[in-house]
Parts: sequence; C-alpha cells; structure tokens
Amino acid sequence: MDLFEYQGRDLFERHGLPVLGGGVAETPQEARAIAERLGGKVVVKAQVKVGGRGKAGGVKLADGPDEAEARATDILGMDIKGHTVHKVMLAETADIKEEYYFSYLLDRANRTFLCIASVAGGMEIEQVAEEDPDRVAKVAIDASKGVDEAKAREIVTQAQFPAEVADQVVDIAVKLWQAFVAEDATLVEVNPLAKVGDGRVLALDAKVTLDENASFRHPDHEALVDQSAVDPLEQAAKAKNLNYVKLDGEVGIIGNGAGLVMSTLDVVAYAGEQHGNVKPANFLDIGGGASAQVMANGLEIVLGDPAVKSVFVNVFGGITACDEVANGIIQALALLGERGEQVTKPLVVRLDGNNAEAGRAILDGANNPLVERVDTMDGAAARAAELAAAGK
Amino acid sequence: MAIWLTKESKVIVQGMTGSEGSKHTRRMLAAGTNVVGGVNPRKAGTTVDFDGTELPVFASVAEAMKETGADVSVIFVPPAFTKAAIVEAIDAEIPLAVVITEGVPVQDSAAAWAYNVDRGQKTRIIGPNCPGIASPGASNAGIIPADITPGGRIGLVSKSGTLTYQLMYELRDFGFSTAVGIGGDPVIGTTHIDALKAFQDDPDTDAIVMIGEIGGDAEERAAEFIKANVTKPVVGYIAGFTAPPGKTMGHAGAIISGSAGTADAKKEALEAAGVKVGKTPSETARLMREVMS
Repeated sequence: MDLFEYQGRDLFERHGLPVLGGGVAETPQEARAIAERLGGKVVVKAQVKVGGRGKAGGVKLADGPDEAEARATDILGMDIKGHTVHKVMLAETADIKEEYYFSYLLDRANRTFLCIASVAGGMEIEQVAEEDPDRVAKVAIDASKGVDEAKAREIVTQAQFPAEVADQVVDIAVKLWQAFVAEDATLVEVNPLAKVGDGRVLALDAKVTLDENASFRHPDHEALVDQSAVDPLEQAAKAKNLNYVKLDGEVGIIGNGAGLVMSTLDVVAYAGEQHGNVKPANFLDIGGGASAQVMANGLEIVLGDPAVKSVFVNVFGGITACDEVANGIIQALALLGERGEQVTKPLVVRLDGNNAEAGRAILDGANNPLVERVDTMDGAAARAAELAAAGK
Repeated sequence: MAIWLTKESKVIVQGMTGSEGSKHTRRMLAAGTNVVGGVNPRKAGTTVDFDGTELPVFASVAEAMKETGADVSVIFVPPAFTKAAIVEAIDAEIPLAVVITEGVPVQDSAAAWAYNVDRGQKTRIIGPNCPGIASPGASNAGIIPADITPGGRIGLVSKSGTLTYQLMYELRDFGFSTAVGIGGDPVIGTTHIDALKAFQDDPDTDAIVMIGEIGGDAEERAAEFIKANVTKPVVGYIAGFTAPPGKTMGHAGAIISGSAGTADAKKEALEAAGVKVGKTPSETARLMREVMS
C-alpha cells in the first residue's frame, strides 16, 4: 500500500524524524484554517500517489491564509496524470540551501534491503543514476543487522554528504531505518532531504509503501487506506475475502491461483484481438481449495460489474475440486435468480484436473442455457471473447 | 532420480496438527510420501492417526530429526509464526524446508533468509507462498496434486502453483522428474536459477519448463544463467502480459513497478538466451512436445 505524502510525513514525525509543521485539508476553508495555525508563508501541495505533480501545477506557494485558500481552491479537483486531487497538504516553507536524496527499499534480487543515498536530490533519482552515477551511493543492508550508527556513517561517507551535515544525516538514517522496520515498510523515500537556512536537515517529502502481508501486526494501518480511491467492486470483493482487481474490459474472469488467472487475462486479451478487441474486465483468484460458496461469491461480484458482457470461469482443480466449482456456479445462478437479479450474461466454463469429470457432468446436467462448457483454455477464452463482443 | 526430493526423503510437517497441515499430510501420505512425523511443541509426545498411519508429534524440528532421521520439513504454520518456524528448521540444519504459507511479511522472509546465510546455508528453503516440490512417483512435499502425471524426464520450475499443474497436465504423457514451485513472493529461498542448475546437473532430466510472471527481475537473471550454463533445452512461459502497472495481481510479488518487471522484458530476455517462450500455456506445452519428440 502506497501512502500519501501527508501520511508519510505524519509517520516520519511519529518516529522522531525532522519534518516541517503541516496539515491536510479537503476543502479551501480547512486549508485556510491550517495556514492560520502554521502562520506566515505556506506551501500547498496536491496529494496524489503519482510523481510529477510540481510540473503539473499541483504545488504552489501561498503568502498567508487568503492565498492558501485560493491556491487550495485551484488545486483541489485538479487532474494529475489521471488522479483527481481530493486533498491538499499545507506545510511550512523552508529556506532550502541544498537538496539530497535518501531511501531504503526492498532488494528482491538479493533477498535483502538497499539504501540509496545521494547529494543530488530534488529530482528523479533514476535520472541522477543515469546522468551522474558516481553521485548515487547504493549500500546493501543486512536484514539481520539493520542500520546502526556505524552503518549510517558508512552510508553517509559513501554518498559524500558534506561534513557539516554528516551527524544529522547519520541520525536521520538510523531513525528512518527504525521507522522502516517498525512499520513493515517496503519503501521509505525522502526526496528532498534538505539543508535549510539555519543549518538543519529536514525531510521535506515522504514516500512510503507498506507491506500488506504485515497488516495483521499493524491494526492502525487500516486507517491509512484511501477509501475514495477504492473501487466499489474491489471493496465488496475484499469484504468477502476475494482477491479481485478491477480492469477495464468486458470479459469477466474467475480462476484459481494467481498465475493461472494472470495467464487467463492474457489468453482472453489475445482472443479479443479477433473479437471486437474485447479485454478482460477483472482479475479474480478464488484460490486453492475454493468451496461452492466462494465460487458463488466470486460470480456475484463479477456479474455485478455492468461492464461485463460475458464471464470466463477457468479452473484447474489442484486442491480445488471441480465438482465443487460446478456446484458453486449452479448455486450462484439460482441464488441471484431468487433475489430477482436476473442473470442474462453468458458463462463459459473450462474445468480440468481434480474431479473434472464430475464437475462437467454437473454442469451438463443442470442444462442452463447461459452456461457453456468448453474443453480447452484457449478455446474457452475465444468463446468468451466472442460472446462479449456480441454483447457489446 | 530427481532433484532435492526422492523416494528416500523422510518428511516431517511443521504445523501437522492444524487444519491445512493435517489435510495435506493425509494427501502426502496417500501420494506415497514417507511422512515420518510432525512438530508442535504443545502436542509433543502425542500421535495423530491418518487413516491407519500413526504419526508421532515432536517438540521441535531437531528432536524430530534425531528420532526419525527426517531430512525434509514442510511448513504449514500461519504467517505470524512462519519466520520462527523457518528459523527453527535452519537451527536444526534440516537439508530442505518447504514453506507453503501464504501472506508472510516480506521483512520476516528477508530476516529468515539472512539468518540462513549467517548460518552457512545448510538448509535449502523453498517458498514461502509456494505449492512445494513433487517428484512424481517418488515423493511429494507440499500441496501439488500427486495424480496429475507419472514420473518422467521433464523438470519444471515455476512461481505459480496452478500454472505448474496446468503444464504437468498438458505434458502428462511425458511425465516429470521433479516439479518445483518456488513461490510468488518478492523474497523467496530457492530461485529459478537454483532449480535450473539442479536440473542441468540431474542425469534423469532431459528438458526444463520454466514458468515466470510479472514483477522483479528473477526471469531476466535466469535468462543470463541459462545462456552461460544450461545446455539442456528450456521452454519458458510468462504470465501477466496484460496486467496493468502498479497493481498487485494475487501474488505479493506480482507487480509491475514503473517500467520494471514487465512480461515483455522477461520474454525478450529469455528468447535472447535461446529459450523458446510460449504465448499461452498450451503453446508452451506444444513447444516442449517438439523438444521431447
């Protein structure tokens, strides 16, 4: 889960990192109130989870509460690379003398963590790494040892931070690592980490990604979820413990196992090239050992998407038994019918593996005109795409 | 013969008394796996009956190894306790630990891996978030269905469970030496490269299926390895060509970050290393048929 800048700033503050005073507003009036509290000049920053907001006009200076309200009015509702601005952060301004870069992140390839630090901050670190690789220090962090003062000194030396800020950056490096571990982050990035007029080093931006697998030990992280950005279907699926991602096509997809479902999306997209360019409408993994009830829940979510014109149920029974899946499909259709939600969208089903014969027999026996059985994955994908194209 | 798991392997189950653990212990026994016991400190000294097979429960992995000669542990404990279970297996220096659990925090996986490195890597870790390893006809450690295919001469390594089953099914007339599900998490113990190396060295494997998916650069690194070290034919498949960037697709590690981790980049890297890459699972199976015939 990616956090907004203001959430990252608050998280940094809780872990003792030096940040500027600030607050978040959803209306121009709230922005004015925060500007009054902060006093003096403020910066008004669009809160979007995408880079390049400054260039897009999402960051403005304001000379007092009146201007803060006006700038917030301008920025709220703006579209930045497809992200609508629902919140602005107001922060005290700083007299920036130098800009640095500092981050910790997961290093998948080496199965450990990495610190990236540079005295060339304030711009995209990828760009610095390309144009001026000598100015970017990459230091491996041993997951069992972490970052103590000695390790922090090594980072500061390798990144060639100026002597007059070295002690401050060492302190920040240690505290930022502690925050990274304590919050189960996979990324913490400060860009810029800035030296300001009075000599202090401050974190002026905060980019944080948290590990959702660790949410069981962070009940407070639930409150950080951006409800406005959650798709209603994704929310409904989550409430039913289903692994669902909304996409923008017409063929609803239900399968078991993340890899097989990803593969199903691809196969449907290829088939769509021959059939009106239809695409997959969603990713839905009903998981290993899925019961009839789970199948019914999944079908309900997918059929609840008005963009869906046909549904492809693609199951390879490993642990999952295909007769359970078949029963789930029949039950779900009956259940939706009882609720008066007439199902009119065609279903294409491909069952293989564990109890496939029994599953196919159940579907054939039910004799539902909406349910069509196809033996192969490629054949079923083509048929589902064809039906979706016809329903467009 | 096979890699890492053979007829002689003696398997214990950490979490055997839990619901998933007991369900799959029963399946492993039915598949002919030599399961010799389980580990649960709170139930140590008791036994569990699996359709007539009485399996003892031990207090620790070390005790189970001492009493039974076990050399493989399959881990089914919940995510909050998985790191401790892996550390226990490493401390006991069991040669192979297969971690089935899904949803392990990545800092726990990284910490367990660092611990293993500190202790000299005496334990091969497979997973977490994986279906395990199966040498059809010989032994089965994990949740891969045992009856899809008989033994044979194809080796398979995959990030995905169900795609493993799909390919095993499509190529069931050839059979498999060993299928290894390495798991879909960002930090895993055994990599594609480890499995490719083992298959290359295994006299009973003639050709290798390698299945990858979006996220990270493990497939690109595997391609480099193949180019330099693998002389046996390799057929590849990558899932997630149409996955949108920035969205996690089921597996915690299956996410395209910026322009990194795309299926296209992985396919290109593999093809540059001489690997034939199928567009769909069926085409991948066809490519392997051509290799084997």
